[in-house]
Amino acid sequence: MDSSLLVDLSRSQFALTALYHWLFVPLTLGLSFIIAIMETIYVKTNDPQWKKLTKFWMTLFGINFAIGLATGIIMEFEFGTNWSNYSWIVGDIFGAPLAIEGLMAFFMESTFFAIMFFGWNKVSKKTHLLSTWLVAIGSNLSALWILVANGWMQFPVGMQFNPDTARFEMKNFFDVLFSPVAISKFLHTISSGYVMGSLFVVGISSWYLLKKRDVIFAKRSIIVASSFGLLVSLFLISTGDEAAHQVALKQPTKLAAMEGLYDGARREGIVAFGILNNKRKIGEKGKDEFLFSFKVPYALSFLAYHNVNSFVAGADDLVYGNKKYGIEPASAKIAKGKKAVNFLRAYKDAKKNQNLQKAKSSLKEFRIYEKYLGYGYLNNPKEIIPPVAITFYSFHIMVGLGTWFLALFLLLLYFSMVGKVEKQRLLLWLGVFTVPLGYLAGEVGWIVAEVGRQPWAIQGLLPTKLATSQLDSSAVGITIALFVIIFTVLLIAELKIMFTQIKIGPKES
Amino acid sequence: MFEKLSYLTLQEYWWVIVALLGALFSFIIFVQGGQTILNKIAKGEDEKDIIIASLGRKWELSFTTLVMFGGALFAAFPLFYAVSFSGAYFAWMAILFCFIIQAVSYEYRKKPNNFLGQKTYEMFLFINGGIGIILIGVALGTLFTGGNFIVNDMHQSHWTTATRGLEAVLNPFNVVLGLTLFFLSRAQASLYFLHNIDHKNIQKRIKAQLRNDAILFVAFFLVLVAMLFALSGVGYGANGFFVQKHKFLLNFLANPILLVLFLVGTLSVLYALFIALFKNSRNGIWFSGVGTVLVVFSILCLLGFNNTAIYPSLADINSSLTIQNSSGSFYNLTTMSYVSLLVPIVLGYIIFVWRVMDRDNITSDEIKSDTHKY
Ligand code: HDD
Ligand code: HEM
Ligand code: HEM
Repeated sequence: MDSSLLVDLSRSQFALTALYHWLFVPLTLGLSFIIAIMETIYVKTNDPQWKKLTKFWMTLFGINFAIGLATGIIMEFEFGTNWSNYSWIVGDIFGAPLAIEGLMAFFMESTFFAIMFFGWNKVSKKTHLLSTWLVAIGSNLSALWILVANGWMQFPVGMQFNPDTARFEMKNFFDVLFSPVAISKFLHTISSGYVMGSLFVVGISSWYLLKKRDVIFAKRSIIVASSFGLLVSLFLISTGDEAAHQVALKQPTKLAAMEGLYDGARREGIVAFGILNNKRKIGEKGKDEFLFSFKVPYALSFLAYHNVNSFVAGADDLVYGNKKYGIEPASAKIAKGKKAVNFLRAYKDAKKNQNLQKAKSSLKEFRIYEKYLGYGYLNNPKEIIPPVAITFYSFHIMVGLGTWFLALFLLLLYFSMVGKVEKQRLLLWLGVFTVPLGYLAGEVGWIVAEVGRQPWAIQGLLPTKLATSQLDSSAVGITIALFVIIFTVLLIAELKIMFTQIKIGPKES
Repeated sequence: MFEKLSYLTLQEYWWVIVALLGALFSFIIFVQGGQTILNKIAKGEDEKDIIIASLGRKWELSFTTLVMFGGALFAAFPLFYAVSFSGAYFAWMAILFCFIIQAVSYEYRKKPNNFLGQKTYEMFLFINGGIGIILIGVALGTLFTGGNFIVNDMHQSHWTTATRGLEAVLNPFNVVLGLTLFFLSRAQASLYFLHNIDHKNIQKRIKAQLRNDAILFVAFFLVLVAMLFALSGVGYGANGFFVQKHKFLLNFLANPILLVLFLVGTLSVLYALFIALFKNSRNGIWFSGVGTVLVVFSILCLLGFNNTAIYPSLADINSSLTIQNSSGSFYNLTTMSYVSLLVPIVLGYIIFVWRVMDRDNITSDEIKSDTHKY
């Protein structure tokens, strides 16, 4: 069995299914709130136009929601099917948020969904409105728990390794839940969903205005969505800044990759725009990092550590160590890790042979090096740096787009307020074409987070290559092929249905 | 409160919750059963729309219960989740695909320009209700009949057959369990429609359909129970694992409460079928619902109590999983137990919404005036 092929295939399958799930989740997160806001206006004003508005966006929401569910169930089972070692080694911490998510969020979402869609004539207006809000809250609660789980993968806390069961066991649930990484991830990710929802509404409404149809409907939608969008964009950028700060503190290797930084420095600047020199590899000091770049001086030191004088470590510092700033070389960590691995093995063998003396002493030694256990499974110090180019470009695309979205909402809101938005044809076209860019920004955001975490499945503790199930690579190959086929078919169906409904437009009810 | 319990009690508590979820799932899959008889009891578009509307307000519950079942297993018995899902890889993947296609089918079936066409989406629903449910039954069967896996001392596992779980369909017990579940879901679908839909022609066809499914269900159920009582199971004690003849019969006798639940449940389901077929009653679904939950609950509980393996290994008996060697840590189970206190609230609002939505029976007029429909 070729295990590196198996690992690559397992990663590809996870990346494929997660990126696909993420095509639908952000819209659920954002649109559900926008719909709830519109329905609130309807209940307050009793204006049937607002009901029409609400119902139209609800139809599109339903089309998106169905495929979101279809892809979510894959994610849930995939930890077991393809990451079974992972599921055992960290399942004691990781499983809990997933189960809580099912209980607290998924049932809320799918139960009140029935009233939201089919209950218009069955319950009072207020109960209906409440159900719509509960769907929105439920979907955001799903995001909370899954991101707590993911935050824990980026920055594991609240647990201890148990050598007898050979897994990490939870010691403090609240450390897991309120981990700063989890909180920052949650806030940044849901706000990216809200931005996506706003872009979607703005884009479709712009198209109506360009086609000179459903004008009042479109203008109202633009006002709601661009004010909401403006607000949440500001929030998105500030939570993004916090996310980067957390990365700097907890995952310096990821930060180095995000910035294409090989030689660390104090008062480091941030690359606003740049093209990496792909000849510059780890350990090749003296070669330029960039073929071309535009840097904002001091900004990286400031953003990462909130102090312009701080030192930001580059890939070389992290791999080879940097005495001056107290950075341990990766080779030393790997050596300690190997000790941890060996003492753990000795402990297990001694226990099996009922040599209690030996077991006790091995355990004691193990505890000394335990922190480095994960490094014991690495072979080459350079492995600790994630793929630089893909992380760097993804990060910069995300940030660039985030800035653009803010500007777009600002412009649209301004022209809506002065009452001339339908005349701004260029701006409206930009609104239409920004919808796919919203999807792009979210997808590359996850690539930063997840590719930037490599080589770890659990940062510093569990290398990805150790986390997979022991499958034949052909088995994973077969399921990848099946996923590609079914995803392509379903995506075509979803897009056709969605575009058709958009063409049909809002209907009188 | 939960900290005071012993580790074993917590493990049993969590097995009971898992069994309860499995039991609720076997009830709610009347949705799947209904999907497989759609074309038999509905003639013409209007009638089909009625059936779909009736199922469409419930399908997400069955879907979400399955998701929850997976989540609860992961959190409470991670080793089971890891070993079975990765080991019986193809079996679980096949089940997954059967549910992926369900999730889009209701919403997309009748939307204009839906690419695959209404027929395909209806076929998806049929596959989900047919193959999906039978395979889930087969997978549940392996909890009794075992799987081909080996777990090492680091708790890493591997599977010893290349068919990766698909071999489970060759075991007669698993297959009978799958078929029992399948006909049960269809019979319950008919009972649910009887209760829920006001439409003369549909009602008439449901009766005929129910009679067929009820006969097949009862036949398979009797065979299943006979096989279950004959089956050997894996027990464990201070000296490790051993095969025990008539393990599940013995477990019943050791837990008379479970036996009572099982008998009451069985009678309740039979009573439901009887009043629906011979007394023109429309309330069978309540009796069969409660009965199904009791029966499945008691059968799943047989695994978790009385020193029984919840997942015997056919490849190496010492690798067998029990609630004790596959569970989360004490701390984790305690924490999760507090979370489980939310269950009554969740059940509460599900019941509330169910009652609101089903207050009036479904008629063709209502479906025509509905603004959003599947
Ligand atoms: C509309 C989408 C979108 C936009 C415009 C932005 N982000 Fe973002 N970003 C996400 C959508 C997203 C995301 C998809 O939600 C991610 C992926 C993982 C996560 O936690 O959130 C993410 C991750 C992510 C990470 C990695 C977190 C980690 O590795 O754990 C950082 C550092 C930032 N973002 C920072 C920013 C900054 C400074 C932005 C400035 C404008 C920004 N993001 C705009
Ligand atoms: C839906 C949004 C998500 C997207 C788009 C996404 C994307 C990715 C990508 C691209 C990879 C492959 C990384 C590589 O091989 O280099 C990956 C791996 C992985 N992600 Fe995510 N991810 C998402 C959410 C999550 C969440 C919420 C979790 C955990 C709760 C998670 C857990 C994992 C695991 C276990 C792997 C495989 C091991 C690994 O490569 O580290 N992902 N994901
Ligand atoms: C990689 C780990 C993930 C897993 C295991 C997972 C699991 C699931 C499951 C099982 C469903 C179906 C729920 C149902 O039956 O009602 C679902 C849907 C959903 N998930 Fe995920 N998910 C993952 C990633 C994410 C992320 C990162 C987010 C948000 C930040 C998210 C948010 C949602 C939302 C809002 C839904 C509702 C339906 C929709 O997508 O339109 N999920 N997910």
